[in-house]
Amino acid sequence: MRRLLPWLAGAALVGLPFVYTSPYPLHIMIIILIWSFAYTSWSVMGRFGLTSFGHGGFMGVGAYVTALLWNKAGVSPWLGIPLALVASAALAVLVAYPCFRFRITGHYFSLVTLALSGIVLQVITATRDHTGGSLGYTPERYQGGSSLFALQFGSKTTWYLIALAVWAGGLWVWYRVDRSMLRYALEAISEDEDAAAATGVHVTAEKLKITVLSAAMTAVAGALYCQYQMFISPDTVSGISISLQMVFAVVVGGIYVSLGPTVGAVITILLAEVLRISFGTRAVGYDNLVYGVLLVLFIIFLPKGILGSLWSWGASTWPPKPPNARGAPA
Amino acid sequence: MDIFLLEALINGVLLGGVLALLSLGLNLIFGVIDVVWICYAELIMLGMYGMYFLFSVYHAPLVLAAVVCIALVGVLGVLLHLLVIAPLLGAAPINQLLATGGVLFFLQSAATVLFGIEFKNLGLRLPVLKAAGMFISYSRLLAFAAALIGMVLVYLFLSRTYTGAAIRAIAQDRQIMPLMGVDSRRIYVITSAIGGGLAGLAACLLVLQYDVHPFVGLTFGPITFLICVLGGLGNFGGGFVAAFVFAEIISLGGLYSDLEWGYVLAFAFFIVMMFVRPQGLMARRS
Repeated sequence: MRRLLPWLAGAALVGLPFVYTSPYPLHIMIIILIWSFAYTSWSVMGRFGLTSFGHGGFMGVGAYVTALLWNKAGVSPWLGIPLALVASAALAVLVAYPCFRFRITGHYFSLVTLALSGIVLQVITATRDHTGGSLGYTPERYQGGSSLFALQFGSKTTWYLIALAVWAGGLWVWYRVDRSMLRYALEAISEDEDAAAATGVHVTAEKLKITVLSAAMTAVAGALYCQYQMFISPDTVSGISISLQMVFAVVVGGIYVSLGPTVGAVITILLAEVLRISFGTRAVGYDNLVYGVLLVLFIIFLPKGILGSLWSWGASTWPPKPPNARGAPA
Repeated sequence: MDIFLLEALINGVLLGGVLALLSLGLNLIFGVIDVVWICYAELIMLGMYGMYFLFSVYHAPLVLAAVVCIALVGVLGVLLHLLVIAPLLGAAPINQLLATGGVLFFLQSAATVLFGIEFKNLGLRLPVLKAAGMFISYSRLLAFAAALIGMVLVYLFLSRTYTGAAIRAIAQDRQIMPLMGVDSRRIYVITSAIGGGLAGLAACLLVLQYDVHPFVGLTFGPITFLICVLGGLGNFGGGFVAAFVFAEIISLGGLYSDLEWGYVLAFAFFIVMMFVRPQGLMARRS
């Protein structure tokens, strides 16, 4: 049953848009899937104590490189997204390599990556002649509206399936990392870098690997968001608030479990939508108000996140042990 | 020398004074409590709103408004410490960072909800000083002077009083000092009050030059963190020097191009410096 459960859930998710075609809930689902993927990308490295506040920057690079290549050079997103991915990975190396080489860890690493978010945001704003600055940027519509070449689709069902596939891909990467030697190396590093190095772990290389992986995945999320929404602005795909939002959602959902980021995305996006619908335009700011309070409360009282806490609570109480478990034959 | 260049240089120095004040508050908190207040700039934002309401809405005299404002933000600093930081003192550093990130969200949106997103200003136009063909605004000069006075006062407090000595001692060794009879919880509260008070002072000075809106913190926050890291977190002297270096880069960069490019240059300089001096400008080689 446990083996079958993911497949059943997956089949249900794939079948959903064919049964249930109402556009608004479908739109929310797509947004949740895209952000879930972005949050998963963050948690791939975040779970090893590499708390990056720079992922807004990677996401912005993903979105803007793809859109700029399409508008200025007519490069199809099929080529543009890999290029954006490379750009984002290069940026990650540029910033992360000196950090790891010179052992900038903990607070310092977080603040340096925070600077990265700031840089990307400022560059986008400063090059407003090309990127539209803070007014945002729109990839040009392909003639017919929907086109595989331009990766633009009118149908929400198509987008839902794409987002679902990418999200599943993100989870697959998470599991691959979870089962790899890289994970053990990184866990050792996060506990004690010197001890890890002494046992033969190449600290800089291992950290760099996971950072590049995470940055590249985040760039894909940015590009996907851009192609779906057909509008990007520094505030929605880049900058410090997006970086903080990623960290926040993952912490709420659960940083050490695979579906934690997804749960975080579901909770935060639904919360924002519910507040928006019930309060209308008066609700400007209410969602972040609740976010902020929740974040502080979570960190203080539930640092493992919702799913993480449920998991460990479940592991200790379920399956219920028989009262004389010690004497019972196995 | 080119007159515009000179003007930009002087403006850079004036900006540097305020940035140095900002980084002093953050460095003090980090040095003593070992926590980074990500929401530090949001405290400044609230202080700016405090000034706006006291001065423009309730018509309090400017100096009185400033004093009340400094005290209010100091109290906010204490509240932040008692409500958020104190329960997390034993937690992983990252959790403390994230919790203050939550406070950032909270304060930003609280300001949006309470005060709206309109830009507000004091409606106070200080005259502009014309000297040798240059234009230097009095508000900047005032900010620079007040920032310097504030920093000197904090320096005197840290170096000349018993409590100040205890604060410096705690910053040096957090484990030993409680054994020496220093009540570390009391010191933390005092430090938070001073850190908040410095944010309040910065708010009073910044509100003379900038409009206030709920997201104004994002303008000053990142730059303050960069200065602190560049100078070495917790290193007061380093932060002071780094603030002026940064301010000059921003000011000169802004002279040759847009202001954003000044920021981009400053950020890029920061990353390069991370290669060269990862432990901060003034760090001693170990």
